[in-house]
Amino acid sequence: MIAVVDYRAGNLTSVKKALDKVGADSVITADPKIVSQAEKIVLPGVGHFSATSHLTDSGLRDAIVNAIQRGVPFLGICVGLQWMLESSEEAPDVPGLGIWPGECVRFPASVKSPHVGWNQLELRDKPSRLVQGIPSGSYVYFTHSYRVPLLANTVAECEYGGRFSAVVEQDHLFGVQFHPEKSGTIGLTLLNNFCSLSTSRDCDPIILTEQNAD
Amino acid sequence: MLTKRIIACLDVDAGRVVKGVRFLNLKDAGDPAELASAHSEAGADEVVLLDITATHEKRNTLLETVRRTARQLFIPFTVGGGVRTLEDAGAIFDAGADKISMNSAAIANPSLITEIANRFGSQAAIVAIDAKRNYNDNGKTDGFEAWVQGGRKQTGHDAVTWARQAEDRGAGEILLTSMDRDGTGQGFDCALTKAVADAVRIPVIASGGAGSAQHFTEVFQHGHADAALAASIFHFGLRSISELKQQLQNAGIPMRCAC
Repeated sequence: MIAVVDYRAGNLTSVKKALDKVGADSVITADPKIVSQAEKIVLPGVGHFSATSHLTDSGLRDAIVNAIQRGVPFLGICVGLQWMLESSEEAPDVPGLGIWPGECVRFPASVKSPHVGWNQLELRDKPSRLVQGIPSGSYVYFTHSYRVPLLANTVAECEYGGRFSAVVEQDHLFGVQFHPEKSGTIGLTLLNNFCSLSTSRDCDPIILTEQNAD
Repeated sequence: MLTKRIIACLDVDAGRVVKGVRFLNLKDAGDPAELASAHSEAGADEVVLLDITATHEKRNTLLETVRRTARQLFIPFTVGGGVRTLEDAGAIFDAGADKISMNSAAIANPSLITEIANRFGSQAAIVAIDAKRNYNDNGKTDGFEAWVQGGRKQTGHDAVTWARQAEDRGAGEILLTSMDRDGTGQGFDCALTKAVADAVRIPVIASGGAGSAQHFTEVFQHGHADAALAASIFHFGLRSISELKQQLQNAGIPMRCAC
């Protein structure tokens, strides 16, 4: 069962609908206990980075940290990806998970913001389980005002007022800046890849530093 | 590269898609869920559903229509018409919409834009502006005025100024309809679109008047639109979306094509 984490940020219906479409068994939940028992976790997100502070207050953050340390596959979407970094300019006082280094920054004034619409994935030449079967140059739907810098674990980039991370992947941890649930067949392919991951796969648990895990 | 978007619009009355000319003479154009799905398969980048005769009594019909339409749609889905409160918006999001378009209520109560943006994010808050040219004594265009209540009531608000205020209040996009061109097939009002698109930093969706591929090229190149919306051109099979997008691509407009 896949837990779609409800932290009162935007619309989860469309993520659930897309998971139904690819045949995955999922539940929308705000209950840390259910998140702890899930085989996989999806953290959707639209809206403001500060909404992620609710994850800490509600005990969902601890449940998520605990699960990913046990090797449970985790997918962050949009703000869900941004939260996997250390912080965001959008809400400097709200800490992210700190799985990956760096800060989410605003788009430069040279381009319209938010970045809304269909833009291309440029795949790096790296093995990826999430974008398997998705050709480089495929269009996916973005809507965001802050972006994740290029990281060592970036597997797909996008260009808009500079290059940024569109897909990040490390072992069983995945983050996408765009909305796979709104990206037509390409998005459904990506979600199907995530849902098809073996949950019993041996993987090195990610050890969060004490500072980051707070 | 970020593409320009082609958006298919479904004007809905009592659960059926209808289309008129200059906001009048409505005729039946089909089932919203079926049409939305067909548009998506044909390459539409988004679908907008506007409840054009929204009344309190018909709210449940609308929510059911939104639910049915959203079920098989995996591209962005906007719903508008009769959104007056945060609760109205919440019910529409719960039914499966990704964005809310508000018009009359935003003019009457601009803080509604901020409320919806704060709760659901700016990307989910679209302000729709129905604009009509004003003319001076010499018959020359003298600005664009925003109208409300489905084009039945003047507001005295300049459309460009109102678009800027909507942006300041938290709107994520402007859906700009030319009442003068709506349903005429004579082309988008590029002067109106350019005036608004150049005045704001959020995306502007041009609407009203699409009749040929050339009209789309013009509104992207000369009207500076980020997206263009059309209804009747698609419903009555005047042209397929994929063929339209291919032509625009050939004209140098970045498009998401299956091609």
